[in-house]
Amino acid sequence: MKIITGNDLKTGDVTWWTGSDWSRHVEDAVDVGENFEAIMQEEEAARRVNVPYVIEAEMTEEGPRPAHIKDRVRALGPTVRLDLTLKPADPEAGNRVV
Amino acid sequence: MYQYDKYDQQMVDTRVAEFRDQVERRLAGELTEDQFKPLRLMNGLYLQLHAYMLRVAIPYGTLNGKQMRMLGHIARKYDRDYGHFTTRQNIQYNWIKLEDAPDILADLASVEMHAIQTSGNCIRNISSDQYAGAAADEIADPRPWAEILRQWSSFHPEFSYLPRKFKIAVIASDEDRAAMRLHDIGIQLVHKDGELGAKFFVGGGMGRTPMIAPEIRDFVPADELISYAEACLRVYNRYGRRDNKYKARIKILVHELGKEEYTRQVEEEFAHMKTLGLNPPVEELARISEYFADPAFDTNASDDLDLSDPDFNLWVDQNTEKHKQAGYAIAVISLKPTSGIPGDASSAQIDLMADLAEQYSFDELRVTHSQNIVLPHVKKSDLYTLWQKLDEAGLAPANLDLITDSIACPGLDYCSLANARSIPLAQKISERFADLGRQRELGELKLKISGCINACGHHHAGHIGILGVDRKGTENYQLLLGGSAAEDTSLAKITGPGFDEDGVIDAIETVTDLYLKERQEDERFIDTYRRVGMAAFKEAIYG
Repeated sequence: MKIITGNDLKTGDVTWWTGSDWSRHVEDAVDVGENFEAIMQEEEAARRVNVPYVIEAEMTEEGPRPAHIKDRVRALGPTVRLDLTLKPADPEAGNRVV
Repeated sequence: MYQYDKYDQQMVDTRVAEFRDQVERRLAGELTEDQFKPLRLMNGLYLQLHAYMLRVAIPYGTLNGKQMRMLGHIARKYDRDYGHFTTRQNIQYNWIKLEDAPDILADLASVEMHAIQTSGNCIRNISSDQYAGAAADEIADPRPWAEILRQWSSFHPEFSYLPRKFKIAVIASDEDRAAMRLHDIGIQLVHKDGELGAKFFVGGGMGRTPMIAPEIRDFVPADELISYAEACLRVYNRYGRRDNKYKARIKILVHELGKEEYTRQVEEEFAHMKTLGLNPPVEELARISEYFADPAFDTNASDDLDLSDPDFNLWVDQNTEKHKQAGYAIAVISLKPTSGIPGDASSAQIDLMADLAEQYSFDELRVTHSQNIVLPHVKKSDLYTLWQKLDEAGLAPANLDLITDSIACPGLDYCSLANARSIPLAQKISERFADLGRQRELGELKLKISGCINACGHHHAGHIGILGVDRKGTENYQLLLGGSAAEDTSLAKITGPGFDEDGVIDAIETVTDLYLKERQEDERFIDTYRRVGMAAFKEAIYG
């Protein structure tokens, strides 16, 4: 599957395209197939996202999992400071990124 | 310490106002990201893996308590309560909001700081010896020269769009504590026939093509130092490649032209420069130097120390250095606790270090390229109290220059360029070698970890270096041996096939075991490696 990610213009937060909006949680991302260029152009022009790009991912029981480790780290946060990630209460979250 | 004059302050304040307007225009949609990106980078604002990252310049790593406290304030108010001290003597904040950036720059300007030229193809923050002005072995204080270079290079109209970024280091002792020959220009202050001047080394660097800068001139009179630097830059600006960013650094130009031809062109340009009368006025040199006069040392201070507390004794032995003034010591605060993140400090720790600088070090601090903090002028009679306060705050690991005092770049946990994580490796190595007795048995051992070929973690210059790479989507680590950033500068060599995370830590243990077996008398790891050679280490690692 293909999913779109980018950063929030104001905050810089990592965001994921949900089909109608942007979420901070990769689990909310939707498969955009080959229809990503138009979405990225429109959303960036409206300043709802900054520097969007499309990545490969696989669907798992927990939701989309980015194919590349870099995007998995982006989706979680720094593996060395779980308190700063989106899953601060999950001690195994960092290990699942690798 | 240097203090801004009205021109310095006006320049920085004007830049803040300009950037505030640019941010407003970006948020209003009047600027696209393509238009805005070079403007934010000129102000040190990157877009990194998780958020905007702001890199703040700390000129030649020197700051006072008020400035340090402002760094803590920024961490607390605008970031996530910590900052990361970098291998270029700067600080980075990893969680900055674009809309806050102008206010942060205004706060910095209020204490004579900024983030200008911490990115882009310009002359970056000048780096220097973290012990400048305190070291017993320096022939002069390099900071006035670093400051003059800072002023010369700030907003230099001719060098704002160089082929690539440009880094300059200035030292003033034979012992190199600033990785001087791994800079685009390395300057060593020297005396010749009683006159102060400088040796110039040009074309060093790390990154994907590491090179040691060759010496191109053994003496430039001090008052012509800026003109000579300008000549070096002019030749680079004229002939440095702009068609390929991987071949755009001055080291490639010097290598391709050859040291002799590059030097010939610099000398020709220098001869021309001398006709232009561009050397800084003598009065200006004197004015700037006055800011770096020695503090009011107590000339009756005692060298006696009560070392009956064994933990304090270890810290003094490992983390203090000889001061030029009797009765004083240079104290190094290690930001490398076991399992810690190299270079990270919380806002509370930053505040404490500011307080301690004011109380015990004539209001001075330094940031080292090894990601530690220095209190340069501590009276020996204050060391025990200082150590107790540091220890209470987790700031007293007695591991300076030992294997757990590792340099590590932010790596894949924070950096969008990285291929592998650096920090977890540094943490696990610090746990494997946590026993201080074992560390001290190994002695001086510079471990440096980079998460990609750009080498922000200086892996080429590590006695033991680690380079993280992406191997078919998984993290892999190459092990390097034999590098040095000191006066015996050398580039480390890759041992062989890479390892996974656990494998590279095991390999390091194998390497250190062999060192202990092979070393003679007081040999450091690097000395034994150079004597024994790579083959024996490879045999031990790979069989």
